[in-house]
Amino acid sequence: MDFGWLSDPFYQEYLIEGLINTLWLLLVSAIAGLTLAIGMAMARIRGPRPLAWTATAVTSVIRGTPLLVQLFFFYYGVGRLLEGIPGIQDSIFWGLLRDPFFYATLTFTLSVGAYSGEILRGALLSVPPGEREAGRAFGLNPFQVFWRLWLPRAVQLCLPTLTGEMILLLKSIPLVSTIAMMDLLQAANIIRDETFLTYEPLLLIAAVYLLLTIVLTLCLRQVEHHFPGVQPVRRAWRPFGQPRRV
Amino acid sequence: MNNASQEGLADWAGPILDGALTTLQIACLAYAIGVLLGFVGAACRLSRHAWLRGIGGAYSTGVRAVPELLLIILLYYAGSQALTALTNALGLPGQVAINGFVTAVGVLAFVQGAYMTEVFRGAISAIPKGQLEAADAFGFSPWARFLHITLPAMLPNALPGMSNLWLILIKDTALISVIGYSELFFTIQQAAASTRAHFLFYAAAGVLYLMMTLSSNLVFALIERRVRRGQPQSQET
Repeated sequence: MDFGWLSDPFYQEYLIEGLINTLWLLLVSAIAGLTLAIGMAMARIRGPRPLAWTATAVTSVIRGTPLLVQLFFFYYGVGRLLEGIPGIQDSIFWGLLRDPFFYATLTFTLSVGAYSGEILRGALLSVPPGEREAGRAFGLNPFQVFWRLWLPRAVQLCLPTLTGEMILLLKSIPLVSTIAMMDLLQAANIIRDETFLTYEPLLLIAAVYLLLTIVLTLCLRQVEHHFPGVQPVRRAWRPFGQPRRV
Repeated sequence: MNNASQEGLADWAGPILDGALTTLQIACLAYAIGVLLGFVGAACRLSRHAWLRGIGGAYSTGVRAVPELLLIILLYYAGSQALTALTNALGLPGQVAINGFVTAVGVLAFVQGAYMTEVFRGAISAIPKGQLEAADAFGFSPWARFLHITLPAMLPNALPGMSNLWLILIKDTALISVIGYSELFFTIQQAAASTRAHFLFYAAAGVLYLMMTLSSNLVFALIERRVRRGQPQSQET
């Protein structure tokens, strides 16, 4: 076991950049993904027929294919197609469309949107309709009923599952190293190539991920404790959520 | 453009189907071993001995807290080094090279076993205690009690988790391409790179995986109906 490379400032820089990118990707995809999830869930419950049908199709395709394949599809497949459009390389969007971070965020957002949208849909449907009717009777308009009554009640019901999804999102982030984005795993791979060490950098990254998972679990548990009306029981086991996404 | 771009889906259909078969073989074997590991892990976690509970807990928690891709790469290298060290210690010099198929199955089964441990543990804990006590009172041997009481009573509880894990496993096999074993997704990557029809081949990969997961859903729905026979209908929601 040789951890001498840890003192090299060059490698430290790689690792810190990887860590920042990992956390940044987690934050952006979590926020965008959960927003999309609300849209997907509502499209399937209340949307007009074509929209509901599209949302259902997108959900089953995303849930039925590996995340790695989706990542390659968007980065190499769609990316190369866009590259072929004449004039796009001169447009202002090109900087964005060339960046693996953009494709990684897109893929993870869709993924969170599909998985969490499905969870949220179930929760929205299990809120008793009488509560919404009570809201209407008190003079709230349908918009207010959704944002102040229906959605918060649904989140109360599915918060432990949603936080589990966030842990899964964290654990799927190393996949972006396959599309040449600098995350923690990519940093470890560079160090491995340069120092000829087989698995010491990987062990370090595994430890970092173990730590990140524990910290995120604890933070999310705080959210659960402070969200009004959530019963912080029924999670005696399974501290890291259920596995699902790859 | 040139002859590389004239090569199309038809030329690669054979290798891709071969890859799909390899993927299914890896998945089936890894699932079978994962189920066995899951039973052993659950037995450890529910054991009376604290040290067995400790080992079971460390296995399932440790594996579940680290990303699968990282574990697969780590076990791939660490596994061959550990085996080399083992054989050298036994007096056999030289490097041990493990066959890619064996590595793929071993690594996926190890990861799968950890998740399976939790599914089985939950399912076994949900069996009413009286049923197990009744078995003891009737003088069942531990093996007979497992086979005739625990197993049939836990299966309905475990099946949703098991089908979920099977779907994850199918999708996990794509990660094996990262360590360079030619299963479905690795073949697809080669095809895409060689023909430069990235969009076409990655879309085809998506369709193939979707076919596998959707058909698995149907099979598991049938199995679930079978193991739930004799249970009240209302539980099937």
